[in-house]
Formats: sequence, C-alpha cells, structure tokens
Amino acid sequence: MPDPDGLAEAALIRAWLRCAAASVHERRVWLTDLDAAIGDGDHGINLDRGFTAVLADLDGAGDRADPAAAVLTAAGRRLLGMVGGASGALYGRGLMTAGRHVGERPEAGPSDPVRLASTILGGAVEGITALGHAAAGDKTMLDALLPALSVLRSAASDADPASTLAADAAAGEAGAAATVPLVARKGRASYLGERSAGHLDPGAASAALLLRCLATTLADTPA
Amino acid sequence: MVGLLLVGHSADVVRGVLAMVAQAAPAVPTGGAGGLAGGRLGTNAVDATEALRATLEASGGDGVVALLDLGSAAMALEIALEALEPGERERVMATDAPFVEGAVLAAVASAGGASLAGVRAAAESARAMAKLPRA
Repeated sequence: MPDPDGLAEAALIRAWLRCAAASVHERRVWLTDLDAAIGDGDHGINLDRGFTAVLADLDGAGDRADPAAAVLTAAGRRLLGMVGGASGALYGRGLMTAGRHVGERPEAGPSDPVRLASTILGGAVEGITALGHAAAGDKTMLDALLPALSVLRSAASDADPASTLAADAAAGEAGAAATVPLVARKGRASYLGERSAGHLDPGAASAALLLRCLATTLADTPA
Repeated sequence: MVGLLLVGHSADVVRGVLAMVAQAAPAVPTGGAGGLAGGRLGTNAVDATEALRATLEASGGDGVVALLDLGSAAMALEIALEALEPGERERVMATDAPFVEGAVLAAVASAGGASLAGVRAAAESARAMAKLPRA
C-alpha cells in the first residue's frame, strides 16, 4: 500500500481509536463492575468519558491531515486529563509513547500492518512500564499487553498478517483471563491482598478490548 | 519561600488541606490537584502539571515539596515532573509524609524560612507526631 504521506496510516489509527471508544462504551458497565469488585469501581465510567472526549476531538479535527504520531499523542494527552487515576495516566502515557515511536521510525508509510501494530504496542508497553513499574503477573493491563506484543514480535516475516493480528488479540484476551487467579501487586486492588484473587483485572480486561480493536482495524488494511 | 504541592484524588480534600495550610502559614505558595471533571474522584496529571509549574514559579526558585495521598497520585506527580526542565526538576522534592499533618507541618517550616530539604523533613516528621495525650 503506497502511503507516502502516511495519511492512510493516520486514518487507520483514527479508526482504531473509534473502535476502542465504541468497545469501551459498550462494555463500560462490565468494566466498572470488575473494578467495583477489587478497585474503586470507576474504570468503565472513567475510560468511557476519556474515549468519548477522544471521539469528540477526532470529529472536531474533521478532514485535517494530522499524521499518525500526532493522532496518537493527542489521544494520549486527552486520556491523561479525562480518565484520571492510574488508568488515565497509564493509557495516556502509553498512547503518547506509542505516538513517539511511530513518529521516530526511520521510514515513512510502511504498508505492513503487523509492524505498525508492533510499533504502537511496543511504545505503549514501554510508556506504561516506565510509569507504572509493573511486571508480568502483577495483575495489571500489562498481563494482556505483554503476551500480545510477544505474538507480534515473534511472527515470521512471511506469516499471514490477518492471522498474526488475530493471534495477537487472542493472546491479549487469554492474558487478561489469566489474571483471574492472580493476587494483585499493583494499584488499588493490591490493598486487598489475597482477596484480589478470583477476579478478572479490570485494566487487563480493557486492554484486551483495545487490542482486539487494533487487530481488527489493522487486519482490514488493503495489502 | 518553599512552596507546597498537594496531589490527591478528591477536590474537596485538597481544597480542605490547602485551607488548613493557609490558616497556619498564609504566605507559603501552594498548589493543588485533585479530582476530575464532573466532580468525579481521581488524580489528574494534567492539573498536577499546571499546579506544579505555578507553585514552582511562585516559590521564586526556592523549590516545592510535593505531598501525595494514594496510589496514582505518584504517577500524576511523575508526569508533572517530566514536563519540567531538568534544572527545575531538581527543585522539587516528593515525600510520602502524611497528607494533612505533613502539609501543615511543612507549611509552618517553610514560613519559618526552612530550606527545601528542611521543609520536606518537617513534612516527614508528621509520621512520628503524637496525636493522643500521652498516658
């Protein structure tokens, strides 16, 4: 896909954010219920508010030809202020770091959706880890993001992009599901200690929704 | 004069602590960030960034001691710190001193002319402060 100005790529990023906003909106009560069990019970509401604001920004930008990196950075900044709390700071910082990684790639307009997803997710994981200091198994959003990133990074260069992206989203969902038996070591849930076991982590659950949207949006990329 | 920054989850709590600080030490520069749009509870990194910059300016370069309530307040402060120049960042000291008691003791120390490290030490002394009459 020739995309010398990166405009098609920016359109993909916007489509991903719109999918994420719709998905979070649809599942907001579920996310909030998950958070009520082991946190402060506002994850779905706050994330929905943040993505609603991101949608309004996208609508307001109209046909303006912002590059992909700028779209990611602006969305991250919006989540930082509107979602608040740890999830706002982490998703905000994650998207902003993803934007920086996308902007700093040596070559413009790659046509490879797996590499684009890997750049975005790699940046997000870097930003989230630097701010949150969490590791795999701490019962956080990283438990969905890390296995998904691993699928993208280990994909063979001749693998079918759609299959790789589907495996990526599935790994995120499996990673989120695997947080159920874990004892939380970060965030509000860690205040509960052993009582946090037996519950799905709301941050990992929302991360899996965003990953599924990223995979379905990028899999639609015309080859 | 060394300033104080309060980063918390509740606009009401932050406002209330700032009122206690102003009563104890009205001249001390202060800033606060707590709560989200629509009266929701939560830390706000964007507000913390603005409040830190304003408080640092009001301190005239003497620096700022930052107090945090719970959890993500530390992340909001970290994002606020990243927005500063490295030289400015050195003039900010964070502490996990008790939010209310630490703020009041720190403000009194600052009003008395304590250094940046002295103000932070005053905040941290709140941890050992006796609140009940000793038997």
